[in-house]
Amino acid sequence: MTATQTATQTIDIEGVSPPPLAASPFVGRAMPRVEDAALLTGVARYADDLPVKPGTLHAAILRSPHAHADLLDINFAAALAVPGVAAVVTGADAKRLAGAFLVGIRAPMEHWCLAIDRVRHVGEPVAVVLADSRYVAEDALDRIEVRYRPLPPVTSISQALEEGSEPLHPAVGSNLVNSRSFRYGAPEAAFARAARSVSVEVEYPRNSCTPMECFVVLADYDAAEDAYEVLSNFSGPFAVHPVMARALNVPGSRLRLKTPPHSGGSFGNKQAVFPYVVLMGLCARVAGRPVKWVEDRLEHLMAATSATARRMRIDAAVEPDGRVLALRMEQTEDCGAYLRAPEPASLYRNHGNLTGAYDIPNLTVTNRIVVTNKTPTGLNRGFGGGQLYYGLERLMNRVAAELGLDPLDVIRRNLVAAEAMPYRTASGGTLDSGDYRATLEQAVREGALDALKARRDALRAEGRLYGIGYAAVVEPSISNMGYITTVLTAEERRKAGPKNGAQATASVAVDPTGGVSVTVASAPQGQGHRTVLAQVVADVFGLRFEDIRVNTDLDTGKDAWSIASGNYSSRFAGAVAGAAQVAATRLRGRIAALVAGQLNCRAEDVRFAGGKVFSDANPDNGLSFSRVAAAGHWSPGTLPDGQEAALRETAFWTPEPLKAPTDADHINSSACYGFIFDFCGVEIDRTTGALRIDRYVTMHDAGRLLNPLLVEGQILGGFAHAVGTALYEEYAYGDDGRFLSGTFADYLVPTACEVPVPIILHRESPSPVTPLGAKGVGEGNCMSTPVCLANAVADALSADGVDEVPSLPITPAKLAALIHPPEPPRPASAAGSEETPPPAAVKGGRGLTGEGSREVPATPEQVWAILLDPKELAALLPGCEALDLAGPNAYRAEVVVGIGPVKGRYTAQVALSDLDPPKALTLTGSGTSALGSGSGTGHVTLERTATGTRVTYRYSASVGGKVAAVGGRMLDSASRLLIGQFFEKLVARAGGAEGLADSSSLLTRLLRLLGFNR
Amino acid sequence: MPPLKSTSVLTAEARHAVSIVLNGTPRTGHAHPRLLLSDFLRHELGAHGTRVGCEHGVCGACTVRIDGVAVRACLTLAVQADGRRIDTVEGLSQGNEGRMTALQEAFRRHHALQCGFCTAGILMSLTDYLDRNPKPTEEELRDMLSGHLCRCTGYAGIVRAVMDVTGRTVREVAHV
Repeated sequence: MTATQTATQTIDIEGVSPPPLAASPFVGRAMPRVEDAALLTGVARYADDLPVKPGTLHAAILRSPHAHADLLDINFAAALAVPGVAAVVTGADAKRLAGAFLVGIRAPMEHWCLAIDRVRHVGEPVAVVLADSRYVAEDALDRIEVRYRPLPPVTSISQALEEGSEPLHPAVGSNLVNSRSFRYGAPEAAFARAARSVSVEVEYPRNSCTPMECFVVLADYDAAEDAYEVLSNFSGPFAVHPVMARALNVPGSRLRLKTPPHSGGSFGNKQAVFPYVVLMGLCARVAGRPVKWVEDRLEHLMAATSATARRMRIDAAVEPDGRVLALRMEQTEDCGAYLRAPEPASLYRNHGNLTGAYDIPNLTVTNRIVVTNKTPTGLNRGFGGGQLYYGLERLMNRVAAELGLDPLDVIRRNLVAAEAMPYRTASGGTLDSGDYRATLEQAVREGALDALKARRDALRAEGRLYGIGYAAVVEPSISNMGYITTVLTAEERRKAGPKNGAQATASVAVDPTGGVSVTVASAPQGQGHRTVLAQVVADVFGLRFEDIRVNTDLDTGKDAWSIASGNYSSRFAGAVAGAAQVAATRLRGRIAALVAGQLNCRAEDVRFAGGKVFSDANPDNGLSFSRVAAAGHWSPGTLPDGQEAALRETAFWTPEPLKAPTDADHINSSACYGFIFDFCGVEIDRTTGALRIDRYVTMHDAGRLLNPLLVEGQILGGFAHAVGTALYEEYAYGDDGRFLSGTFADYLVPTACEVPVPIILHRESPSPVTPLGAKGVGEGNCMSTPVCLANAVADALSADGVDEVPSLPITPAKLAALIHPPEPPRPASAAGSEETPPPAAVKGGRGLTGEGSREVPATPEQVWAILLDPKELAALLPGCEALDLAGPNAYRAEVVVGIGPVKGRYTAQVALSDLDPPKALTLTGSGTSALGSGSGTGHVTLERTATGTRVTYRYSASVGGKVAAVGGRMLDSASRLLIGQFFEKLVARAGGAEGLADSSSLLTRLLRLLGFNR
Repeated sequence: MPPLKSTSVLTAEARHAVSIVLNGTPRTGHAHPRLLLSDFLRHELGAHGTRVGCEHGVCGACTVRIDGVAVRACLTLAVQADGRRIDTVEGLSQGNEGRMTALQEAFRRHHALQCGFCTAGILMSLTDYLDRNPKPTEEELRDMLSGHLCRCTGYAGIVRAVMDVTGRTVREVAHV
């Protein structure tokens, strides 16, 4: 379908369709949201909109331009001297007043809120300036001088696994920081008896969901109480709260963490604000004043968080009919520079459902975790599922291809049978409900697969590249807080004590006017929790939707919460809404017990409906709910003897099936498992390689749907993220670890023109585990859709005999490379120019090499004298404001360079070497600034000619840090312009005005031709 | 945008008085010449309805109307807005006797927003756009919306809301 086509299904939205009967429950109805009025009129308050205390300082963070370097020293005297700057905070302060973050595996790695001794990824915080305004703080960042000694960067999984790779954490000694193997069933015997084995190897890239609102932290420190109070758009899991408190050297009770009334999206990402909660707490303590920090987009893209990159190999033992008997998996996970809590959760979140929706009883798994010089990873919609299913569903597709079977039949043959529910997976998960086969057949029917196949055949007959893909996955929700400990050995787990469960909390209270309020610790990020909770609680009390007031701000100093609190692992519908129902039902039971005497009936016969409380036997003789409910406030003396007023109930609910890992490493990693079956048709343009999603059908069984409108929104949103993952988005790095995707013009988020509307189908198999029968639904398409699209691409390309699928994201360039024959070599330049063609970029991104030559109307000796004269050299260097002698032929230069949207002052070391007067020399320079680092080498040779000197040069240069991240698209031409300026000036100095005038027209034209001038 | 008044001499270190008509009400604040209009509206005048999503001019969240024209507030200096009419999301219902406009209501009905952070900018672009093109086709609308990034909705609800309020129907899946 094109982006303009829309699903045929409609949802009856309340207010659009006729209102249902008053008696019908609200749960299950498509209620528009209570959140929307504030958001649509602009009065909603996000974290950055909340008032700050007088005297609040604004923080700006100096970040590492290097992927890997020793941090030698930081000189911030000049920054402190900037008017308006109150303090500069560095790693030394962190060492003095804070502690390192806890790490989830047993390995001697330390991660601090500010770099200490070493930086390990571009964007790692190195220092913080606190000033009266953000503008002033950013000015002062430019005045901080940091000396680094670069170390060899580790920028890929394969490099991290190499014996000789520079260890990021020397005490660990290796960049392979954890490895565990698991064996379930009898996999060796299955492989031995299977007809054959089929394998795939895939890589999953780094990307992220990038919420529109970035991180915000407001921190204050109370010295009298040694306590921190922080407001942040942190999304949980609150298991990270103890990690933060410990890093601040206080007990949990002295870190009061609050969340704002509204948050601008998270998709897991706002878990990663937690190091900044600690950092800003530290800053507030150092400065003795409240501190506010708002992350900007460059900071977010460069250094906030990322999904893990994963390399995966799976072998399947298969029978000739496509039945899979066993799997052998090897997963290697790139967690970035630090294993930041709750990592390595990405790798273990799906441990109970490694075999997906399939009945595969035998399994071996090897899980390896490596560290690389990239941003630490963390929660991201689909968490670990996109990675797992990319391998598993590509494998099922390969099984079909290699056995010559229909891929859909291979899926059918292996799906878990309805009779087997609840089904225990090989690795210990319990798939709780569903009829996967019937669900698949329903999707095939209602999604009109036959028509899609006919369409593919017709288009192929026209010679077009068209393919159909499938994916079947289970979508886990409500994470077991113990699954992460599967990374530990049974022995280590025994020492640490068992971890399991997932406490959800909700409080329901009645106020003195009989109004009902609900508070939960679910930290919503835009999903509409308040709406759904009002539906659930209104049903329990027989009240109107608008009678229920829901508050989702969280204050760990006052509200009920637990480590599982927060917004992640699709836990809201199953766990939090369920806990609210439990709390409301208990409160209703207590009210019923109190009022039963008055109604002259038994408590179990008391009914709540239509705002009334009455006896089932005598509905006409009802009492007003508000009067009954408020009685405990106004007249507790009238309560029956010995009974407590029913004013507030707090429920803690944890899913019964969530146990700690067994000694044999069986783990039910989630409480519920939804089922998704997707199929799609894609067309690839033969000329451009552009991929068009022609039709996408996504079938979900997420248990009972609490609000179909919001469920649809979650599916549409997850699908859009998945389209980005599959086709557009990647955090790109150079081979030297430079980050290259620092704006939304570089990190491509799909727009309204790129996201088609899928056809959404449902089946409801209530979960037996959760109070309302609901399961999670928001993450599934991030698991199923990228691989479904990749399978469709495989099908399309197979028609051309191409037996390969490009890595994600599947870009037009990658597709074109597969469908086009190799291009013929470039013809020799017809221009006859004495310059060589434009130089090729250095391998790995924003590096440049080039060469060229100029005819200068002066003798080699004259040119030599210019190059060796510091004053002349200063005049030649573009943007050079000062050049001081630092040693023999070595200089310290102050250079101001602007590239694209950014301009920075570099302190550069410039040196001349390999001097061979007056014939050759080497000019080297390197510099750093708040904008990043740059370095370059140029070899210059001088050759006497009839009219003067031919100056020939060869250079290589590289630029990192902010400039590379945001100016990437302009960097090549800008660098060439700067280098061109250098030689232009040299020509001018050597030849004088006359010489230049003589040759200027030719030279200028040449320079323009080569992009040296505009 | 026309140039600043020829009489204006701005000093980098000084804060200058900036007077605008914000949603119909004259307001004056002070701004250094480099202060972004987005920061001026939010932090100097306290009009928080305008959100800031990237400060690179890409995401569209900060879009406001300057003399009726949709503009990125993060790419505009506050001093450039001096003497102009600025309309922000807060003004939409003010101009509708305190009730949400038909477009806002349609957004609510069609679940065209989730976190709502991109919504103000989209509404401001749409009010400008629909003034000029009251009945866009779905293709035209999606083309216009491609100047805004939304991470929550997949844009489907936004398209439905606009097509609903402009009296057009969204196309159904037709080809199979």
